[in-house]
Amino acid sequence: MALVVFIAAAAMVLAGALGVILRPNPVHAALSLILTLFGIAVLFVAQDAQFLAVVQVIVYAGAIVVLFLFVIMLLGVDRTDDLSIEPLRVQRPLAVIIGVAVVGLVAAAVLVGAGDNSSAITGQRSSGAALDPSIPNINQLARSLFSDYVFAFEVTSILLIIAVLGTVLLARRPFRAGPARGAQATGDKASEKVGAK
Amino acid sequence: MILAVTPTPTWYLLLAAVLFGLGTVGLLIRRNPLVMFMCVELMLNAVNLSFVSFSTALDDVNGQTAVFFVLVVAAAEVVVGLGIIVALLRRKPGATADDITLLKG
Repeated sequence: MALVVFIAAAAMVLAGALGVILRPNPVHAALSLILTLFGIAVLFVAQDAQFLAVVQVIVYAGAIVVLFLFVIMLLGVDRTDDLSIEPLRVQRPLAVIIGVAVVGLVAAAVLVGAGDNSSAITGQRSSGAALDPSIPNINQLARSLFSDYVFAFEVTSILLIIAVLGTVLLARRPFRAGPARGAQATGDKASEKVGAK
Repeated sequence: MILAVTPTPTWYLLLAAVLFGLGTVGLLIRRNPLVMFMCVELMLNAVNLSFVSFSTALDDVNGQTAVFFVLVVAAAEVVVGLGIIVALLRRKPGATADDITLLKG
């Protein structure tokens, strides 16, 4: 049963990833990304990381991909890219070679690390923060987050505030934009114009 | 029976490696900044998957805490990155990565 779950989730992950890199239309790429993220969430559940699986679906599929689709629709860039245009001839073969090299190196590290035993994991087993199957996953994660990593947790709140401020500054229209340009930049006005035509 | 085989952590790590490689290739061959950004998300997810695999295999909850932080940083990164892309595409509609040459010396 675990094998069936793994194979189905792995197929979802890889099909979604291929969709992201091969689909010419950005909307289709974003929808393929959702497939990959759901596959990863299934693999998290298969490895007893239930809280992270839920957060994966909520934050990635629910927020990040929606943000992607929102930007695609807002900017009206949902037309198909022409994948045959490639200014640098060597770039694609080189990219494939680099990709194969990356996969090969990591896979070699994993398999050499595995050696003759079946598990690739050769690190030290946990001494202080062992996973206890009798305690819910979310409780253990919360204990780790709010005791050992509480400083890092507080720093992430600063990071999020900075990110929000930076984005507001980046994405708002400049003060001295002319009226014509301002109208173009605002999506709803532009669509009204198109509708009037 | 072949269905009795359970996936070992090695399988998860190899899947994560392949996913990371696909993200790398996508980042290198696509020219639309939005799709390049999605490929970065693929690579982040591959790393998250290997974090969770190590966490389960080594029986340590700290690997899952690391994934939590990766999620937060990925969310912040997406917000800032999409802000940059919105500002960029507003200035040059239909811009690809090759059109962003302002910093070229």
